[in-house]
Amino acid sequence: MSESTTAPTEPGRITGVPILLDGVTKRYGSKSAPAVDHLTLEIPAGSTVMFVGPSGCGKTTTMKMINRLIEPTEGSIVIDGEDVTTMNGDDLRRRMGYVIQAGGLFPHMTVAANIGLVPKMLGWDKQRIAERVDELLELVSLDPDSYRDRYPKQLSGGQQQRVGVARALAADPPVLLMDEPFGAVDPITRQRLQDEMISIQNELRKTIVIVTHDIDEAVKLGDWVVVFDEGARIQQYDSPERILAEPANDFVSDFVGSGAGLKALGLTRVNEMPILDAVVVTPEDSPTTAVQKAEAAGHGHVVVLDRARRPIAWPSVAQLRRATALPTRYEPDLPIVGMGATLEDALDTMLVSRAGAALVVGPRGRFEGVVDIDTVMQSLRDNRGAADTGRSPVGTNDAEARIEVAPDTGEITLITPDQVGTGRGRYDDGAAEPSRSDADEGSDSTALPQTSGERP
Amino acid sequence: MSQLDTEKTPTEAASKTDTGLEVDRGGRASLLLYPVILLAILGALFAWLYTRDLSDTEMVTLTPGELWSMTLEHLYLTAIATVVVLVIAIPLGILLTRPPMRRFTTPVTALVNFGQAAPAVGLIVVFAFWMGFGPTAAIVALVVYAVLPVLRNTMAGLDAVDQSLVEAGRGMGMSAAAVLWRVELPLAVPLILAGVRTALVLVVGTATLGTFINAGGLGLLITSGVNLSLPRVLITGSVLVAVLALAVDWLGRVVEHIARPRGL
Repeated sequence: MSESTTAPTEPGRITGVPILLDGVTKRYGSKSAPAVDHLTLEIPAGSTVMFVGPSGCGKTTTMKMINRLIEPTEGSIVIDGEDVTTMNGDDLRRRMGYVIQAGGLFPHMTVAANIGLVPKMLGWDKQRIAERVDELLELVSLDPDSYRDRYPKQLSGGQQQRVGVARALAADPPVLLMDEPFGAVDPITRQRLQDEMISIQNELRKTIVIVTHDIDEAVKLGDWVVVFDEGARIQQYDSPERILAEPANDFVSDFVGSGAGLKALGLTRVNEMPILDAVVVTPEDSPTTAVQKAEAAGHGHVVVLDRARRPIAWPSVAQLRRATALPTRYEPDLPIVGMGATLEDALDTMLVSRAGAALVVGPRGRFEGVVDIDTVMQSLRDNRGAADTGRSPVGTNDAEARIEVAPDTGEITLITPDQVGTGRGRYDDGAAEPSRSDADEGSDSTALPQTSGERP
Repeated sequence: MSQLDTEKTPTEAASKTDTGLEVDRGGRASLLLYPVILLAILGALFAWLYTRDLSDTEMVTLTPGELWSMTLEHLYLTAIATVVVLVIAIPLGILLTRPPMRRFTTPVTALVNFGQAAPAVGLIVVFAFWMGFGPTAAIVALVVYAVLPVLRNTMAGLDAVDQSLVEAGRGMGMSAAAVLWRVELPLAVPLILAGVRTALVLVVGTATLGTFINAGGLGLLITSGVNLSLPRVLITGSVLVAVLALAVDWLGRVVEHIARPRGL
C-alpha cells in the first residue's frame, strides 16, 4: 500500500506490553506426551497474535498458561520484562483481560456489575467504576443508559459477547486473552464483532492473544498467526499474508485449505484503501440545501449524519427532490463497513447495496467516507504480489534454543546451537523455522514487527 | 445508540421481561393465598371443636394454653434440628464439590443416604437408648434423618453452575473463595433453598415421633388420642401437625422467592 492512502484514524499509542514464553512445557502426568512441548514464543507489544490449530493441539493450554490458569510444568513466562511465573496468580490475572466463548457473564449480576468486577477488586471508588462502565459500553457500541442495568439473559448473544469484551477491558489491562471469543454467535454477528474488535484494537493497541480454530478469523484479525500442531508445536509463525502465500509445509497448507487466493481478499482492510469524500448533511438541513450541495460537488448521493457523525440515511439526489424533509430515523439496511473491515466484507456489502458502494465508519460508528467497487479493484491490482518483509516474532519448540534480549531495544533474538554464526538456519525436524533472526534479514533487522499495513 | 448495533432485540427483551414479571406475579399471588387457606383450616378446626361437647379429659388436653405450648415444643425441635442440619449439610456440600475433595463424595453420600433410608422411628429410639430419653436424642435423630436433602441439593446446585462461569471468574483474577461466594453460591441458592424447605417439612412431620422418647411436641396429642380413644384429640393433633408443616413449607417458599438472585 502506498503512503498516500487516506488514514483518517491515527492508530493509537501502543498500550500493550510484550509477552515472552520461554521454553514452556505442560505435561499432564509424567508418562503422557506433553500438551505443550518446550514452546518459546515472542508476542510483540501491541499486536494481535492468533493461535490456530486443530482441536487438542495445545493452543488453549498455551493461552491459559499466559495468565496461569494452567500452571506450566517447565519454563517461564515473562510479561513486560517481568518473570511472572511465581507471582500470585490472582494478582497476575487482574492485570490481564480474559474473554471466553459466549462472554461468560455472571447471570445474577447486571451488565454494570459484570463490567465493574475487576475495578471493584482493585479497589476503585464507585464513581470511578460507574464512569468506566459507561465509557466501555460506549466503546463496544452499546448505549449505557439502556444497557447498564440489564441482566445478561436480556441481551442477545452478540451483545453478551460485547459486554464480555468490555468486562475484560475494564481495568485497562495491557494484555487481552480471548478463547474462541466469537465462536458462539451467528456468522453475521461474528463478522460485525470481528470488525469492531479490529477498530477497538486500532484505538487501544493492546497485546491480544486470540485462540481460534477458524483460519479465516485468524488471517482477518491477526497481525501474526501461529499455526500449531499437537503438543503446541509451531508449524509456522508468520504474518497472515505469508501464511496464505507461502505455507511452510503440508500441515499448514492443509490447514489453510483451498481458496487461499480468495482469502487474501480478507487481508487488506478498508482503512488501507483510498476513501472517497461524500456530501454530508444533518437532518436539520432542508432537502433543497442537500440537493444544492450534492450538485455543487457533482455527487449523486448525500449522507445524512446524526450529531455524533453516525450515518442515518444515504438518499440519492432523485429521492431528495421528492422529499419534504431529511430522514431522522436510522435506515436499517445501510451498506456500512467498518474501517477495519476486509475488502472481502466490503465487496460483499457493496454487491448487495444498490449504490455499488459502501459507507465507511470509524470508531464508535463515526462516518469517515465512501468506498466503491472501482477503488477496491484498483487497490487489489496494486496489491498483487506485494510481500511483507518485516521481521517475524520469535517462535520455536527447540528445547536447546536460548533467547537473548537486547537490553536497550528489548528485541529478542533466538540462538540455537546449530545456528550460531551461520546464516540461514533451518531446523532438522522439518518444522518450519518461522523466526528470522537478525542475521537472516540483514539490514532490515531493526524493523519492529508491524501490522501488514506497510509495504514497499 | 449506534447503528452498528442492529442485532439488538429490544422487543424480544421487553417481552421476556414481561413474561418474567407475569410468572412472578402469579407466584406472588399463590404465596399470598397460601396462608389464608391455612388460617381457614385452623378456624374450621377450632369452630368444630368448640361446638362439640368435650369430655373432661379432652377439655384438659385441648386448652389453648396446652396446645400452644405443645406447638412451641414442636417448633423448638424443628428449629434446632434444622439449624444443625444447615450447619452440617451446606458446608459439607460445598466441601464435597471442591475438586480435591471430590473423591469423598461417594462414601459420604452413601452414609447420608443410610440416615434417610433407616426408619425414623427406629432412629429416634436408637438415639434415645444411646443418649437418654429427651429432646436431645430426638434432635440428633431428626438431624441424621434430614441431612440428605440439603446436602444433595447443595451439591446439585453447585454442580449445576456452568463451569465456564467459574473459569471466567478465575480468569479475571477472582480467588477460588471469591468465585465460590460471589458466583457459585448465589447461583446455587434456589436449589439449596429448595433442599432446605424439603428438610424442614420432613423434620416437622417426623418431630411428631419425639413424643415416644419424651421429647414433647404435637405428637403427644396423636398418641394420647390413639391410646385413650379420643378421636377429637387425635384429629386436632393431626390437623395441627399438617398445618404446621404446610406453614413451614409456605415460609420456605417465601424465603426462596425473596432470596432468588435477580437475573435468573
